[in-house]
This record gives sequence, C-alpha cells and structure tokens, in this order.
Amino acid sequence: MTDFLQLVISGTATGACYALAALGFTLLWQASGTINFALGEMIMLPAFTMLFFLGPAGLPLWAAFALTVVASLVVLGAGFKALVVDPLIRHGVIPLVIATLGLSIGFKNLVRVGYSAQVFTFPSIFPDELLDIGGLRVSGADIGTVVLALTVAAGVQTFLSRTLTGRAMQAVAQNRDAARVLGINAGRMVLYAFLINAALAALTALLVTPVYLAKFDMGDTLGLKAFYAAIIGGFNNSRGALLGGVIVGVLENLVGAYISPGYKEGVALVLFLLVIVFRPQGLLGRAEERKV
Amino acid sequence: MKPWQLLALAAGVVGLFLLPLGLRNYGMYVAALWCVYVIAGMGLNLTVGYAGQISLGQAAFLGIGAYTAGLMAKAGVPFPLIVLASASLCFVIGLALGFPALRVQHHYLAFATLGFNMLCYLVFRNEEWLTGGTFGLNGIPRPDILGWPFTRTAEFYKLSVAVMLVLAALMAGLLRSPWGRAFAALRDNPIRAESVGINTTFYTLMAFAIGAAYAGVAGALFAPLVGLVEPASFSTATSLSMLLMVIVGGSGRFFGPAIGAVIVVLLPEWLRVAADWYLAIFGLAIVVMMVWLPGGLLSLPDRLARR
Repeated sequence: MTDFLQLVISGTATGACYALAALGFTLLWQASGTINFALGEMIMLPAFTMLFFLGPAGLPLWAAFALTVVASLVVLGAGFKALVVDPLIRHGVIPLVIATLGLSIGFKNLVRVGYSAQVFTFPSIFPDELLDIGGLRVSGADIGTVVLALTVAAGVQTFLSRTLTGRAMQAVAQNRDAARVLGINAGRMVLYAFLINAALAALTALLVTPVYLAKFDMGDTLGLKAFYAAIIGGFNNSRGALLGGVIVGVLENLVGAYISPGYKEGVALVLFLLVIVFRPQGLLGRAEERKV
Repeated sequence: MKPWQLLALAAGVVGLFLLPLGLRNYGMYVAALWCVYVIAGMGLNLTVGYAGQISLGQAAFLGIGAYTAGLMAKAGVPFPLIVLASASLCFVIGLALGFPALRVQHHYLAFATLGFNMLCYLVFRNEEWLTGGTFGLNGIPRPDILGWPFTRTAEFYKLSVAVMLVLAALMAGLLRSPWGRAFAALRDNPIRAESVGINTTFYTLMAFAIGAAYAGVAGALFAPLVGLVEPASFSTATSLSMLLMVIVGGSGRFFGPAIGAVIVVLLPEWLRVAADWYLAIFGLAIVVMMVWLPGGLLSLPDRLARR
C-alpha cells in the first residue's frame, strides 16, 4: 500500500509537468487551431538556454530562468506566431502540422550540431531530501513540483475564466468573427495564447530538466506525453489537460512497477487510442461539429 | 502523356538499370534503400496524397513487413511467398487501421495513426521471443529466386528496381481506373462524394489497406537488403520522415515520393559527415517550403508557369 501511494505521488509529480506542457498545447489549439508538433523542442530549447546562462554566463538560477522566460516569449511565443503560424494558418491544420514537424527536426539537430549531443545535468530548484509523512517517504522535489505546477495551472485557469482579457481569449477561441464584432482585438488575444504557451514551456523546462536531464532529443518523450495528456483530457478544454497529465503520469508509474517496465507507456497509449476512437473530444471536452 | 514525357520516363528506367555500372557497393546499397522508401512512399502517397487521409503510421507497416520477411527468410521460405505474405499481412492490418479513420478525421486521425505506430514500436521492442527485442533480428539472408541468386548488392538493387517499377505500374493503373477518381472525390469533399453515391467507407478502408500493403512489400525488401531488422528503424521518427518525403516531393503527384525519397533518405545517407547540419537545415527548410511552396517541389513548374 505504501509503495502504491508513493508511486501515485511521484507519478502525479511527473504528470503535473506533462499537464503544464499540455496546457500550453490546448491553449494554442483553442486560440488559433495550431497543433504544435514542436512542443517538446519548445521545452528543450529553454532548458539549454538556461544551461547557457548558468554555465558560460555564470548567472544564478533565478536570473537564468527570468532571462530564459524573456527569450522564450520573444522567440517561441511572438516569433513562432509571426514567422510560422500566421503565414500558414489559412491553409488549414495539416500544413501547420507538417511545418511544426519540420521545426522539431530543425531545432533538435541545430542543438545537436551547434551545441552538443551530450547529456547535461541540471540543478533542481527544490531541496533534494526525503520527507517522512505518516510512513510515506516522499521526495521534496516531487511535492514542490506538484504544488508549483498545480498553482500555475490553476492560475492560468483563473486568468482564463475570471479576468476580462481571459474571457476575451475564450471568446476568440469559440468564435473569432463574433468576438471581433464585439470589439475584441482577436489578433492580440491569439498572441497572448502564444506568449502563455512560451512561458509555460520555459517553466516546464525548469521543472522537468533536473529529472529528465538536458539532451537535444529530450523533447521527443516529453512532447509525446504532453500530447497524450492533452488528448486524453480533451484538448479543447484546459482543465482536461490537467486531468490527462496526471492520468498519464500515474499510469506510467503504476504500469512500470506492477506490469512491465517495457510497456510503461503502453497503457497510457492504449487509453489514448481508445479516447481518440470513441471519444475524440477527450474525457472533459466538448464535441466539435463536422463542417461541409 | 506527351511523347517527350514518355521518352524521359524510358530514359529514366534505363538509367536506373545502368546505375550499378557507375556506383560502388555502398552507393548501390543506398540506391536500393531509395527503392525501398519509394515503394513505401508510393503507398503513403495513395493514402495521404490521393485519398486525403493523413497517416503518421507508415513506418509501422514497413516494420511489420520487415519482421515478417526476416522471420520467414530465416525459416527458409521462398522470396516471392515472403513478399506476398508481408503484403497481405499489412493489407489486413491496414484495413483494421482504416476503421478509426471512418470515425475521426484530420488531426485526430494523425494522432490515432501516430499512436498505432508507437504501439507497434513497443511490441517490436518488447516481444523478445518473436522480434529479438532491442537487438532485433540479424543475419537475414538475401534471396534466391528460381535458382538465381540476389546475394550481391548490385543484383539485389536490380531486383528492388524491378519490384518498384512493377508496383509503380500497378499504382498508375489503379489511379487511372474509376478507383482513382473515387479516391480523389473522397479527398476533395467526402460528404459530396457520399452524396453522389461513392461508398466512402469502402474507399477509405482501401486507401489505408493498399497503402499499407505497399509498405509491406517495401519491408520485405528492407529486411534482406539491410540484413538486420531492429525496432529503431520503425519508430515514429521514420513515419514522420516518410510523411515529409511525400509532402516535399508533392503530395498527390505520382513522382512525388521518388523526389522526396532522394531528399529525405538518400542525401542524409550520402552526406554522412554533414548529416546533422543537413537535417537541421532540412527541418527549417520544410517550414519555409510550407509557407512558399505548400504543393511540394513538383508543383514548382506549375507555379512558375502561372507567373
């Protein structure tokens, strides 16, 4: 029983990170119909940027993180929108899927040849000690990760549902033309979604890199898990991303421990396939209508 | 076809068979690999380019074909039977994969096929009793057909070209038949296609099954060519590059995969040393291409003519 609970807790911590990445993914989809296959690389790049600020530039972690967030907002937020998404969005979903696939290959190999193909360790922002809670041995990093990730996710959720800007963003997501008629600056709302996605990616990098280690292809698994999370939860719903992330993280841990390490991601994968075939809108999502 | 196009095609075919005269062993190996990917790409082009069903799972079929071929070749089954078995198995599994496509479209279909590929990869990697796990199956012999050995790379290359040409001719015939029209109707507007009496269920399933069968044949050539079948060759990354292959060449264009395979498979293999830089530039070039030339390289002449 203790083992089981420990597995659930550490699974929730990993899942919370998937959820953060998935949250950005669902936001982009809602705001602009962009399916971002370069999501994993958008976590990998900030991780390496932080390493650069920490190592060669010798900055403390908080400063490195702050600078990375700024860089991420400019390049992966506004830059990505202006250079890739804006010219392609009117051609429909698939060309953007292809373009982000290209972006993912490009980023990965740029880091590999331009920087290094090696694995780098990354400092954790949480103390590395084990806490004893009623017989359960839980790592401080796991608890810190869950708390921080859930706070941020709840913050984004509150921003979307409670503030005027957030509600305007949702209005644009639901019906762009109607939102425009009501005087909402749709272009700006879409830009906000990209900026939030970029900031979330930098934060995810800060939380997962100590565990996953920085490598040029670290985005492959991460992007995929965030993907499962977003779809299982329902990717036109930001709460779905949270649920999906935790489901994927916990299942992965339990299957790895009790069934077979080789099929660690198998169960989440099967769940993902079942959801796509039988409930494509996801566990918490609304159905989308078919257009002629 | 105009006379000059026919002539160019004939010259191309003769060129393909004369190629071994000018290449060393490794060059021939890469050229045979090109044939393998062109065959799989033709299948994918049918699914994606002609029938408009996005698929990110073609590498899984290449893998299923290759493992089937590897296991059967080691058991001493004759090569023509192996090709038939790989193609049929992939046809059936492709048919099954077509069912989700009846329920979900566009990006959801992309996810579903990607998930299918992941699942196949896990099975290839974990079921050691059948697939040899991470190390894969090695020492797969090259075939003899009716006492004629294809063990040397140059001979095997000619066999691959021959198979590729036969399959290309079959594909061309299929596309000129009423089936080709039905696939195009399905791609351009599925609801309208249904309303004029096209059985969209049937053609959606067929687009997947035939596309998969082509990958199965490609796999049956891949196994003896490389001699080693390991899971890493059939990961989602391979599926993604196959899709890029079709798109770069020009999806829904007959010669698209042939051009695409040169850029996606052949050049990185040849430019071994500079391959990483090549991939970095290639990835970013895809983005630029989608913005400026979404129809692929083969749409360039049309585009220039319209100016």
